Order: sequence, then structure tokens, then C-alpha cells
Amino acid sequence: MTADATVAPEDAVPWRRLDWRMLFVGPIGGLIRLAPVVAVLLVTGRPGDIGRFWVAIAIGVLVVLGGVLRWRTTRYRITPERVELHTGWLRRQRRSVPRDRIRTVDLTARPIARLFGLTVVQVSSASGAMLEKSGLSLDSVSKAEADRLRRELLDRSAFDSALPAPDAAVAQGVQLARLDWSWLRFAPLTFSSIAGIGAVGAAVFNLVDDFGIDPRDIGAVDAATDQLQAAPVWLALLVVGVVLLVIAALGAMVLFAERWYDYRLTREADGTLRVKRGLLTRRSLSVSEERLRGAEIAEPILLRAGRGGQCRALSTGISRDAQGGALQPPVPRAEAHRVASVALHEAPSMITQAPLRRHPRAAMGRRFSRALVPTAVLVAGAFLLGYAVPALGWAGPASLVLLPIAAALAFDRYRNLGHRLTARYLVTRQGSLVRSTVALQRTGVIGWTFRQSPFQRRAGLVVAEAFTAAGQSGYSVLDVGAVDAVALADAATPHLLTPFVDNDVLAVPGPGKQP
Amino acid sequence: MSVALPLRPPAHQASPRAVHWWRLRAGLLLVVLGGPQVVLWWLIGAGWLGWTALVTAGLVAGYGLVVPPLLYRIHRWEVTDQAVYTLSGWLVREWRIAPISRVQTVDTEHGPLQQLLGLGSVTVTTASARGAVKITGLAAADAAELARTLTETTQATAGDAT
Repeated sequence: MTADATVAPEDAVPWRRLDWRMLFVGPIGGLIRLAPVVAVLLVTGRPGDIGRFWVAIAIGVLVVLGGVLRWRTTRYRITPERVELHTGWLRRQRRSVPRDRIRTVDLTARPIARLFGLTVVQVSSASGAMLEKSGLSLDSVSKAEADRLRRELLDRSAFDSALPAPDAAVAQGVQLARLDWSWLRFAPLTFSSIAGIGAVGAAVFNLVDDFGIDPRDIGAVDAATDQLQAAPVWLALLVVGVVLLVIAALGAMVLFAERWYDYRLTREADGTLRVKRGLLTRRSLSVSEERLRGAEIAEPILLRAGRGGQCRALSTGISRDAQGGALQPPVPRAEAHRVASVALHEAPSMITQAPLRRHPRAAMGRRFSRALVPTAVLVAGAFLLGYAVPALGWAGPASLVLLPIAAALAFDRYRNLGHRLTARYLVTRQGSLVRSTVALQRTGVIGWTFRQSPFQRRAGLVVAEAFTAAGQSGYSVLDVGAVDAVALADAATPHLLTPFVDNDVLAVPGPGKQP
Repeated sequence: MSVALPLRPPAHQASPRAVHWWRLRAGLLLVVLGGPQVVLWWLIGAGWLGWTALVTAGLVAGYGLVVPPLLYRIHRWEVTDQAVYTLSGWLVREWRIAPISRVQTVDTEHGPLQQLLGLGSVTVTTASARGAVKITGLAAADAAELARTLTETTQATAGDAT
């Protein structure tokens, strides 16, 4: 099919419409969202008043008409050069993305859409020029069309004839990882466990509310409330705390299962990494491998305590809702490093598990001062508050507990600092609450910044930040020695800094030249 | 053990008129910060507002006297066939280097104050959202000339610069 497209002249490529079944998905989704309004309209109001029915029907008709209008006015096509999308009736929008800029294709099928066999296709491209919006979304097309689009859009052979077309026999792809249900144990250790409390709480409350039950009417709940009120405060707090923790853990596991059910990471024959996952909402994220600029191992502190981690792809044009390019759920640390290694075709010791160089002692001093000074101000404030308002006299002494916590965090932040230059990657690690180890392709570095505050100047430290088009756009090596920083940057991107390096200081082939 | 960054400063300085530009900006800051205080003082008549206005004026005037010449000494830029290189910041120093081969757009900018003084800025953007390099306080003609040469150089380089 791509062969046809390349032969056909630009204008001969026919326009295509979204799948007609979206006419059902949109209104049903809209109606579900509007259901409360309609219900209120129908329930309230005087009996016999016919008007409210008309209002409800009018809302329904408007939603359906809106869907039809959107279907009629939206069309797209893939020319040899660009992907074009025209939308809108009164306000026409034309969006066009050059195909060689496409970096990721993200397929999402929400539950209602799945019932009708539909999928939303999100195409993300490199940021490019400011005026060019980065990407477009097709909402929705059939599952088969989505798969065809995914293959066609990320197929390098379509616009690079030097590459052979993918062989149909190997089109299945190679499986790199799949879900292991024992990973469920990491679910409560992620920050989504807090969201879990909300999710479970809201679901339970909705359910109870839908049936018109006041929780206090349930005998068991009522009795429990009475007993809690009778018990000492600390016991009541303990019980509530444990209950919340259990709910959070359960909620996190439910969210984990919904998100990562049937997770598979594959390397497709067309040179993309593909993450497929989801129970109710099926998602598929495809990252063009030649646009992969590295990998990050993220370890939020609880997950780190449980010896877990998560590998993310550093690629240009990963959309915000693609969960930062997560290639896997929270997994055992070794598995995270393994996935990073297979994704980047590098030994773990050359990327995220490279032995890191420690940062100078002075960096520890800075971690401590940066953690302790604001905490000391907080503590002083708490004491002042305690003196001013006698009822809050406990605030000062209680806040003292923050000091050792801040100190521990500062020490951990220093311990985690590290960097290393390997054959093809710049590896840097920092953070305590979320420890992040980033392996960034040296050829992906498109610029450097060195930043030095007066304090850092005195300590002889500097923050070196490597810019890249991928991921967070910049990755820093925090508080490294001034001479080492320049040597590191100079070695990582040969010739770029060389004309500006002061050779008197950097004459010795020391820190920059690493094995 | 103060260790200097082993990078030589970029070759060129900003236009001497940039000092006036920075001073004018400090003056504007004074109007924005001090103006409301004076107006309130006049309206309400609370004495302490007069004092805070005085302190604000003192601080901003001190800044306007001392910092702009300092900035002029520190701010430097250089463009070679290979890279754009700038040094800026009087309190927090910042050295920025971007390779010419990865430059995506070159923009010139003349704000109202800059137009008044015949100044301009050149911003060089790369594919990294954080990697832009800005050269400020150039004479308008120099800015235009620099933008022209930069555009020519970057157009000669192939690839999509990511």
C-alpha cells in the first residue's frame, strides 16, 4: 500500500473519513457524561411539566448532531510527504505533519470505543519549528485502520528507499518483555497508590450514593463509628490510618491491573518498540527506534525501598499522556535495567548500570545546606507560631523532627549523585524522592549549559546540563567539579567545546578520558 | 578552593548602549514596584508605605547603578562555524553552547526599549525546548547581520536537526 502511495502524485492521494461507528461512540460517551444533568432535569420540576422532557431530548439531539457534523467535516490523508488532517465546520483547522518528523504513534481504545472496534490514533512529531503544532490525533478509526496507520506512519522504508520493506514473515515482532503478575507487589509502592485511595473511595461513594444510602444507615459502619469515637485518639488514628493504607494498596493494585493487563513490549519488524497494555482501555505506544535517544530508570523512593524501578524511553515527541514513555510497569530493578539494555542494544554496564563517578565532597555540603536551611526557617517559623499562639505550642518541638528527615534526604541525595561517560552514552544520576538514572546518547546531545551560583563558584562546583530533543529536553549533571564538567562535556561531544576550552587549565588528559 | 570554569569567555561584548537598556529596565522595574506604593501612600496616608517605597527606590537605584556595568563586563557572545557560545548572568553565571548544525530557527527581536536605543536580540533555537541560546543587547544592525549569517550557515546544513 505504501508503494502505491509513493508512486501517486501528492494530490492524487484520496482523503479518508473517520470510521462511521464513531457516530455512536461520541454520543454514548456524551450521554453518559450528561446523564447526571438529564437525570436532574427529569427528576426535579413539577409533575406534568412536559418541558423538561423536551430539554432532555434536545440535549440528546444536539450531541448526536455534533457527532455527525464532526464526522462529516473531518478528513485525513497520508501523502508520501505529510500526514494531513482537516477538521471543523465554522472554524476550519488544517493540520499537517511532515512524515519524517513522526516519532511516536499512540493507539488508545477506551471501553466504549472498544465495543465498536474503534481506536484513537495520536501521532506525535518532533517539536520542530514553533509554529508547527507537534502532532495530531484521529478520533476515531477502526482497529484495522489504526494498525495499518501505525505501520505505515513509522515505516522508514516508505520514505527511505535504501531500507528494505519489512518482510511479512517477521512482521510479528520479537517479544522483549511481558507481564509477570508477581510485579503487582510493586503497585502499592508507586505514587499512584495515593490516586488509588481517591479511585476506590470515589467508586465506593458513588455506588453507595447511587443506591441512595447514607453510610451511617449501615449497621456495621454505624457501630464502627461509635466504637472509634469511644476509643482513645491514637487508636482511632491508627485504625483509620491502617484502613486508608489498605484501601490505597488495593486501589493501586486495581489501577495497576487496569493499566498493565496483558502488557507486552515488542520490537516490531519495522524498527519500532511497541508497548501494548490495558484491561478496559487498550493502549499501544510505538516508538521509532532510530529516534530513541536513551533510557531513564526512575525509582520513586518507596519503589526504591522495595528494590523496584521503571524504565522509560527517551524519545522525541512522546506525548504527555503516554506516561512519560514508560516502557514497562514498576518492576524489580534488575528487570528495569534489562529492558533498558535490550531497548538500546547496549550492555547494562554501558548505560544505566555503568559504574558512576562520585561527585566532590563539596557537593555534599551543598545538598545539606539546600535541605537544612529552608527546614531551619520552617522550624523557626513553627516555634514563633508556638509562642504567638499558645494553643499551638506543640508546633515548634514537633517540627524538630523535620531536621533529621531533611538531613537524611540531603545525605541520600548526595549519595545518589553520579555520572559517567561510556562509549556511546552519557549516564547521570540524581534525586532522592525520585531517583533518576538517565542514559543519554552522546550523539543526541544538542548543546550544553553550565550554571554557577556564587555559592557554587566558591565551592568550585557547577551544574552541567546536556540539551537534547528527547524526553525532558535537558538532563543535568548536578554539582560536578568545574574542571570535570568541562572535560566531561568536551569528551561527550567532541569538537563542540574544544575551541572555547581554556587549555592551560585543561592540559592534563585526566578526568575526561575514560575507558 | 575556588576553581574557575576552564572555558575562555566568548569573544564579543554587547553594544555599549546595552548598559542604558539595562538601566532603563531597572527604571521600569522601579515604576512597577514603587508606583503602586507611592499611590497607596498618597491615598491612604499610611506612613510605613512611604518608608517601603523609599527602600524599594534605594534598592532598585543601587541595582541600576551597579549591576548594568557589571552585566556589560560579563555578557559576552561568540559565533563560530561550529557553535554559538554565550556567557550571561551577574549573580548566577550561565555559559551556553549550541552547535550550529543543530540550529532550527534564528529569530531577531526588538522590544520597545530596545528600539528606542537601536538595539536588538538574536535567539537561536535548537530542537531541544530548553536549549535556546539568546544573545541580547546587540546593536540593531549587528543583530540583523548576525541573524542573516546564522540563517545562511544553518540552511547550508542538512538534516532535521534532532
